[in-house]
Amino acid sequence: MSDDGAGSVRGIRTIAVGALSRVEGEGALRVRVVDGRAEIVEFNIYEPPRFFEKFLVGRPLAEVPDLVARICGICPVAYQLTACRALEKALVVEPDPAVAPLRRLLYCGEWIQSHALHVHLLHLPDFLGYESGFAMAADHPALVEAGFRMKALGNRVMEVVGGRAVHPVNVAVGGFHRWPEAAAVRGLVPDLERGLGDALELVSRVADLPFPTLAPEAEEVALAHPDEYPILEGRIASSAGLVADVDDFRAHFAERQVPWSTALHCLREPGGTPYRVGALARVNLCRDRLPPRAARAAAAAGLGRPERNPFRSIVARAVEIAAACEEGMALAAAWDRGTRGPCAALPARAGAGAHATEAPRGLLWHRYAFDAAGRIEAAAIVPPTSQNQARIEADLRAGLPEALAMDDAGATLRCEQLVRSYDPCISCATHFLTVRIDRP
Amino acid sequence: MSTLPDGDHGAGPVPARRLRVAVWKFASCDGCQLQLLDAVGRWPALLGRIEFVQFLEASSRVEPGPYDVGIVEGSVSTPQDVVRIREVRRQCRFLLTIGACATSGGIQALRNWGRVEDFVAAVYASPDTIEALATSTGIAEHVPVDFELRGCPVDTAQLADVLVALATGRTPRVPSTSVCAECKAAGVVCVAVTRGIPCLGPVTQAGCGALCPAHGRECFGCFGPAEATNLPALSAHYEATGTPRGRLLPLVRGICGWAPAFRAEAERLADAPGEPAP
Repeated sequence: MSDDGAGSVRGIRTIAVGALSRVEGEGALRVRVVDGRAEIVEFNIYEPPRFFEKFLVGRPLAEVPDLVARICGICPVAYQLTACRALEKALVVEPDPAVAPLRRLLYCGEWIQSHALHVHLLHLPDFLGYESGFAMAADHPALVEAGFRMKALGNRVMEVVGGRAVHPVNVAVGGFHRWPEAAAVRGLVPDLERGLGDALELVSRVADLPFPTLAPEAEEVALAHPDEYPILEGRIASSAGLVADVDDFRAHFAERQVPWSTALHCLREPGGTPYRVGALARVNLCRDRLPPRAARAAAAAGLGRPERNPFRSIVARAVEIAAACEEGMALAAAWDRGTRGPCAALPARAGAGAHATEAPRGLLWHRYAFDAAGRIEAAAIVPPTSQNQARIEADLRAGLPEALAMDDAGATLRCEQLVRSYDPCISCATHFLTVRIDRP
Repeated sequence: MSTLPDGDHGAGPVPARRLRVAVWKFASCDGCQLQLLDAVGRWPALLGRIEFVQFLEASSRVEPGPYDVGIVEGSVSTPQDVVRIREVRRQCRFLLTIGACATSGGIQALRNWGRVEDFVAAVYASPDTIEALATSTGIAEHVPVDFELRGCPVDTAQLADVLVALATGRTPRVPSTSVCAECKAAGVVCVAVTRGIPCLGPVTQAGCGALCPAHGRECFGCFGPAEATNLPALSAHYEATGTPRGRLLPLVRGICGWAPAFRAEAERLADAPGEPAP
């Protein structure tokens, strides 16, 4: 937290945080309180715009997975695989049947490392009263070691399948560049089993943390799939009863620009209302499809029915680390290379296609159009953080009365903690945070 | 677990104090900062040599400068960045830039060949609230940099080695050879020679361990150009063996496209476009 200072400016009390820490990327939060009411809550995402959707235009479609990976170093697989599926659907290409389970395993690896990083290094320090995971390690060495162990496990899965944990090189439109060694994939099983043990312990540990009370009404959105916990495939479903094909995303959601942010706000249409995506939304909407041990842990941790307290997303993330390890074990144990070759041939044809997957931080939607020479003509990317941004602002408004009863340092920390509950990935907010509270 | 990457068990001369390290992010994906966290996770003994007195992605601790070492991820792409990087330089005894963005402008430097107004208008409905420079550029184009570590992302072991080197006063062990040399040393079958796939391995800085060729695909230059390169000769070879120029241009104008050697070749290829890509 870089503190821009607290004080009174022209009768309006000011609490300000210049740059929010322990989030991926850069942003600020501004709260202005006049006569005891919160007037403005704005996320100021000042992450410099990087214009991915524009510079993709004219590039060969086969390059897209390598390029969009660079949107986010923490969830590159989400970007790569959403793009691959959108492009494959548009090309009417069906990868070898061994590709889908390998992609799901790769994605499980990303969930494990991303959630382990957020839970241990970014979010837990708020609950246990430390400035960082490094500082927390002095008093809680086993906890931080387990965190790094789970992070390393996720990385390992990504390295075996994808070649590298940050920006994997093995992902291709049509499948993979090379089949991994089946023995190396099966070799992940014992590590994943230990990871499952670590994750189940983590679920019970975080379930008992002291949580601030907050339970705003919020629409939640996630992919839903009849047979599996949603990662790579499914229809878009919401707690308000929406069920839509990924192709129809634009009919139900719209991005709007706000002057205080370089990230676009994505809202539910019609009406322009905020909604929540991410681990908590997924567990709430799809807990009946969690694998059995993760499901039992979720129920024991109190997530057996819809959880309305956004601060408890840390429990949902721990449950999902367990789920990803449990599923990963089954996927790795059963996987063998395909018979048709790792990468399907791509036909020369013009086309357009959309797809959505569940990135660690929530629903991620892509759409591409390309010409007959395979050059990208248009690209649209809606990352999870731009979808959560309006919901975070709404939760902050709901949580402000309790926060503002505290002194300035306490109020600021509470607001930051709430923002971090969403694991906002500001770099991902392609098109994000500093906390500033103005009050009399 | 606690052994440092160069085999140092921490038994060497104990530094009088740990290096005070500050980390800054400019325009980037956070992947190189993540590699820094992973380096600490792999080699916790690093924290016996250095301490992070400012690392916003990982910690709420913010101590004022001056700092022994400043680590910068990301490129300069907004008017504010230009001012901020000068302040960062002023605060740091040693400035280390990490990754493709910080060393050559990164993937977002693809805007440098277009009109930034078009880029803003393509993404934002109200372009006037968005501030962006016409170019995304590496840190060394703005302030003197003491050491550049390449890669998209940087390699965790190379990064840890540079930090240990700084803490112990030795030279970093970062090779200046090409990916091609790493590929041969690893016994990987050459994708360019055996399959006719245009590969940037011969002209790309080593450090990844020839990861892409080992996965049966072309190197796309994410560690930037090697020290000595002859890109026109490589392009001529690929053209003579059947790769259209339209296919070579996006390969060179990629993640490190604004690095001088890649940039010059991309501009040469673009000036004489040849036949379009299939």
